[in-house]
Amino acid sequence: MLRIKEFVKAESLEQAYELNQKRTNRILGGMLWMRMTNAQIQKAIDLSDLGLDKIEETEDEFLIGCMVTLRQLELHEGLNEMSEGLVRNCVEDIVGVQFRNLATVGGSLFGRFGFSDVLTAFLAMDSYVELYKGGIVPLSEFAAMKRDNDILVRVIVKKTKGHYVYQSHRNTKTDFPVLAVAASKMGDEIKVSVGARPARAVLFAAKDLTEDSVCQVAQKVVTGTNLRASKEFRSHLAKVLIGRAFVQLRGKEEA
Amino acid sequence: MIVSMILNGKKIADEVSPDMTLFQFVRKHGCYSVKCGCETTNCGLCTVFLDDQPVLSCAVLVARVSGHKVETLEGLQKEAEEFGRFIADQGAEQCGFCNPGMIMNAIAMFRELEEPTDEQIKQYLAGNLCRCSGYEGQLRGIHDFMEYKKGGVSCES
Repeated sequence: MLRIKEFVKAESLEQAYELNQKRTNRILGGMLWMRMTNAQIQKAIDLSDLGLDKIEETEDEFLIGCMVTLRQLELHEGLNEMSEGLVRNCVEDIVGVQFRNLATVGGSLFGRFGFSDVLTAFLAMDSYVELYKGGIVPLSEFAAMKRDNDILVRVIVKKTKGHYVYQSHRNTKTDFPVLAVAASKMGDEIKVSVGARPARAVLFAAKDLTEDSVCQVAQKVVTGTNLRASKEFRSHLAKVLIGRAFVQLRGKEEA
Repeated sequence: MIVSMILNGKKIADEVSPDMTLFQFVRKHGCYSVKCGCETTNCGLCTVFLDDQPVLSCAVLVARVSGHKVETLEGLQKEAEEFGRFIADQGAEQCGFCNPGMIMNAIAMFRELEEPTDEQIKQYLAGNLCRCSGYEGQLRGIHDFMEYKKGGVSCES
């Protein structure tokens, strides 16, 4: 059961950062995962009043505040047009509308959860995170970092021209994915992100969109067993989903 | 700590603990249509409107809601009754436990989507679990209600 001694609505990022340096204090995201943990929190730090719940669009990038909900991502026309629906596709099977109205992009990415559709999808785009003290770092680098007490302020997605696709397999429609794959082709660069292995998502590069490349990437995917599926099944799925993603990308290239 | 909000049109202020959820708060204030079915933020039974958006009240700290507007089924009585008749007419509910959450989210859908397709309906209501039915009755009730809204036949029950 989650217990909270004190609730603090942060008035600035500096205040939130200072409070967050104490191990027993915690920054609140959407709280959907945190509420199921068995933690004692001294001070729960809320960033809701800091104006970080907006998606700003500039000429060459999207600036997504950490308190933007998954539903906002799903409904944002510009972001979905640029990503060819990748962002919408990655969130639309996450529980229900009511859940996605609460879950935040900051909470999803900062947690670097193994099951995260959001992390998987954003890794395949030209994405960065803005950390309050750590500055701007590529999402792929952030995904591999250990958790610390910094604050994820924004996610930055560059409007890099390309094609984007998302594939996932779930045992039931609104469950965590058994495996998730996001792939993109930006110029000559092909990125393949594989999540829910069940460990956190990792990014691979592919040299082309051929069957050989599918096998090469799939072989590199390290999978594991949990309640949802076995390591062997996931490894098989990796080949299937990457294959489907490449077929989709080839189709988009030819269109 | 003290929180204040507009709950079903009435301004309410109350002393709460920092880890009290919105679900516990609305129940404390007599909104018994809001129920907790899963404890894992999956079933949709605790759906309320927070600033007109459907959310899972079991996952929201009431401290976060201070200064905002909250509506439960009790506050949407007319709208809920009107739609609920179509659900009942189809015998869509068996035990009826999921119904308040389902109706809340369906109302949110009708407000957001003018004429949802079957795929959109299923997608929108995916976060509302019913363990008695196969959702077919609810879908028929929604179709009938949409027809009625377009000037079709009213529900007799």
